[in-house]
Amino acid sequence: MQLIYEQSTPGRHGIRLPASDVPVAPALPADLLRSEAAKLAEISELDLVRHFTNLSRRNFSVDTNFYPLGSCTMKYNAKVLENSAALFAPFHPMTALLPGGAEFCQGTLGLLYDLGQLLADITGMDEVTTQPLAGAHGEMTGILLISAYHAARGNRAKKKYVVVPDSSHGTNPASAAIAGYEIITVPTAPYGDMDLELFKTAMNDEVAAVMMTCPNTLGLFNPHIKEVSDIAHCHDALMYYDGANLNAIMGKVKPGDVGFDVVHVNLHKTFGTPHGGGGPGSGPVGVKKSLIPFLPQPRIVMAADGAIHLETANPEAIGRTANFFGNFGVMAKAYSYIIMLGREGLIEVSELAVLNANYLKEKLKPYYDLPYDMTCMHECVFSASRQLEHGVHAIDIAKFLIDKGYHPPTVYFPMIVKEAIMIEPTETESKATLDAFIEVMIDAAQTTECNPQALFDAPLTMPVSRLDETKAAREQKICCIG
Amino acid sequence: MNDSHYCPHTAKDIREMLSAIGIASVEELFAPIPAELRATTFNIPPGMSEFETFSRMQAIAGENSQGMIAFIGGGFYDHIIPAAVDHLAGRSEFYTAYTPYQPECSQGTLQALFEYQTAICRLTGLDVSNASLYDGATACAEAAMMSLRVTGRTKIVVDGCVSPFSRQVLKTYLYNLNVDVIELEPLDGLLNRNGLDEVLDDSVAAVLVQNPNFFGCIEDFSQLAVQVHGVGALLVSSVYPISLGMLKSPGEMGVDIAIGDGQSLGNPLSFGGPSFGFIAARKSLIRNMPGRIVGETVDRNGTRGYVLTLQAREQHIKRHRATSNICSNQGLCALRGLIFLSAIGKDGLAELASLNRDKAEYAKSKLLTIPGVTVLQSALTFNEFTLFLPKDADNVVAALLERGIAAGVPLGQYYEGSEKCLAVTVTEKRTRKDIDLLVRELEVALCN
Repeated sequence: MQLIYEQSTPGRHGIRLPASDVPVAPALPADLLRSEAAKLAEISELDLVRHFTNLSRRNFSVDTNFYPLGSCTMKYNAKVLENSAALFAPFHPMTALLPGGAEFCQGTLGLLYDLGQLLADITGMDEVTTQPLAGAHGEMTGILLISAYHAARGNRAKKKYVVVPDSSHGTNPASAAIAGYEIITVPTAPYGDMDLELFKTAMNDEVAAVMMTCPNTLGLFNPHIKEVSDIAHCHDALMYYDGANLNAIMGKVKPGDVGFDVVHVNLHKTFGTPHGGGGPGSGPVGVKKSLIPFLPQPRIVMAADGAIHLETANPEAIGRTANFFGNFGVMAKAYSYIIMLGREGLIEVSELAVLNANYLKEKLKPYYDLPYDMTCMHECVFSASRQLEHGVHAIDIAKFLIDKGYHPPTVYFPMIVKEAIMIEPTETESKATLDAFIEVMIDAAQTTECNPQALFDAPLTMPVSRLDETKAAREQKICCIG
Repeated sequence: MNDSHYCPHTAKDIREMLSAIGIASVEELFAPIPAELRATTFNIPPGMSEFETFSRMQAIAGENSQGMIAFIGGGFYDHIIPAAVDHLAGRSEFYTAYTPYQPECSQGTLQALFEYQTAICRLTGLDVSNASLYDGATACAEAAMMSLRVTGRTKIVVDGCVSPFSRQVLKTYLYNLNVDVIELEPLDGLLNRNGLDEVLDDSVAAVLVQNPNFFGCIEDFSQLAVQVHGVGALLVSSVYPISLGMLKSPGEMGVDIAIGDGQSLGNPLSFGGPSFGFIAARKSLIRNMPGRIVGETVDRNGTRGYVLTLQAREQHIKRHRATSNICSNQGLCALRGLIFLSAIGKDGLAELASLNRDKAEYAKSKLLTIPGVTVLQSALTFNEFTLFLPKDADNVVAALLERGIAAGVPLGQYYEGSEKCLAVTVTEKRTRKDIDLLVRELEVALCN
């Protein structure tokens, strides 16, 4: 398909701008002006609309295809959420920061406060900041909060390490590194979670935090999680909860009750806001009481009379992690989702997400290796090691699925499983959809044995076949030349 | 069952699925969670219908003051958004997809991001762009960390005229990294060049500036670039993308890394987000860029296509040695930015920039007719300018808010001794009538 720039014609205009109702200002001196206009597209509105509509048709999406991308919780995004967010489009964030301005923003500030309260209850925390703009941003914020906590107790220099299991998301060690910590990685035991004995060996008083995903990236709930938390606390290390997998446990267990001190939640996963082709997400962070003094500014607080205010000058706070109050539009959607589903609805979400994953696991177990064969939570991780005997890799199975109309599961993550295929169906998929997917996965396994070439050739039905990633990395053509 | 509305399971489905698993109840699936850890409370209110939910949201939106006539900026700007932006970015094939890990079934998102990267490169006059960052303030911090990596140095000099929000985020990000952050006090709303001379040496990784700056002033940083490069440091400039329809681009000035907030490009104010941050740089810096990058390649048949590239920089491969912890970008907001720029077009952006400046200059000239009101004499401005009022700006702004006008951003809380300074923003959406109303109301407030 042509690039939009290849469809440009000099002098062609898109939309018409409002006519000026003021005099033309004297020109700026030439040394402040650009020498030529930026070569943006010059295209009619209809051609623009066709271009992007046709581009959109080259995507798989939740609304067009089953999208069981493990670790990403690609559930259905209710349409009313979009309508809800649009209500808030006109409100300027600076209004709330003007003297006396909060009074004029009680709706939006109140929504953020209420969302914080709801998320605090769901996660068992005492207060939530909505400022972090994505999950990884929440992780960094959380680790900075932990750092400020240790610093306030005179332990800034002493606390040097953050412990992560080897099954963790890559963002965990990356976020801790950006917050200035060295990383200690603990291997996974045969029971599918961080090896408790090796963890005990790794722990010492210089550890600032232990970052856990629970259920973990294998989709398993760590039976020793309370013990891990108790050991961490013995060493004055705080427990960090990566909320990527919160969809499995709403109403069933609260991270705060298990001993976690800081959590982030991914609103774009658990709380049904769309993923946008890679963002915007939103990663609110919840903390226990002892960390409240360090929460980023401006902090949204309620006065005795119920009015919402902004705390802006707390010297103990870690400062600011984003421009304003976080991705408000995403939070308006998540808030709608929570109040619409309500208590029973959220519990049902977790129950059916777990039911769907276990159903898939049981049905596919005869055809694919299951390195950790036990009751899973909201996702299950298979290995294509049996298929590898025929030369077929996880990526080949993924491409085969594309031809059948399915977005592939996550492959090659977690890294501790060879040829990993991580399937997260989510609660919004019907039994009929799962059954059809199971048939195609069985087809892939059987085709592997009788005609592996068919998998190597896939996909054949897409606008492009497999792409040369080496060429892309070598040539680094990352924008249209000319 | 079916309290959630969106779970399609019938009782029969659930029975059959449980039977396939070989258990009697869904509750058995939660047996791996130790009983003593199970939640004892869950105080979320009961659910409601879609209609009731939307009504509640309407009521919440209604609690904000409606129809405020706004002359405030501070990083977010009230610009027109062509209808096509909402409709095209509202295609659910775009907004319900995720990061394009499987390129063959994600060419729509990938090509759009490639076109976005092209637009950012052309706008900034630089060679390479990533597929977006979270926002302008975090982009500033990412650019600083990128400079530290590139130079191996540990000092950042930041102009005090850079947005105070960006500077605060920068300091939060760098808090634990043993980096010296030196802030230069602004001089008459501009970069304090003598102050810079005193601190600029070969220990500095980067100098961070903003154009137009938080006071609205425009500068040419071409000479500064030469000076900064002279000590082996990088020049990072934050830019307001609409102004690039008119102003000298970072590339033309010799800037190494340009960053900014993309909100003004087709993203609604939405009480502060989501928007997107952009980052563009010279080609030699590409391996130190944070975040996703889309590259062009070919498929097995030689057909052109797009993939995520240079992923060895990223956290999912490099873990703690990655160039950034960023995982997602702000894909949909960047898509909105691309559609906006393409709908406005090459000549349109220049026209839009002129319209903004014309409106602001008109407002400035009228506001200066109010007795006692003056303006920073030294500086030329784009669509935002700083006034000196004869009174404390906080009180004046608070009084005008009661009259339905957000008159500007008082600078006292951001700059010591600037209690009488007011930064006023005028975009193309403000009419002459709006501006004249501001002038009248401000005059009344100042006389009282």
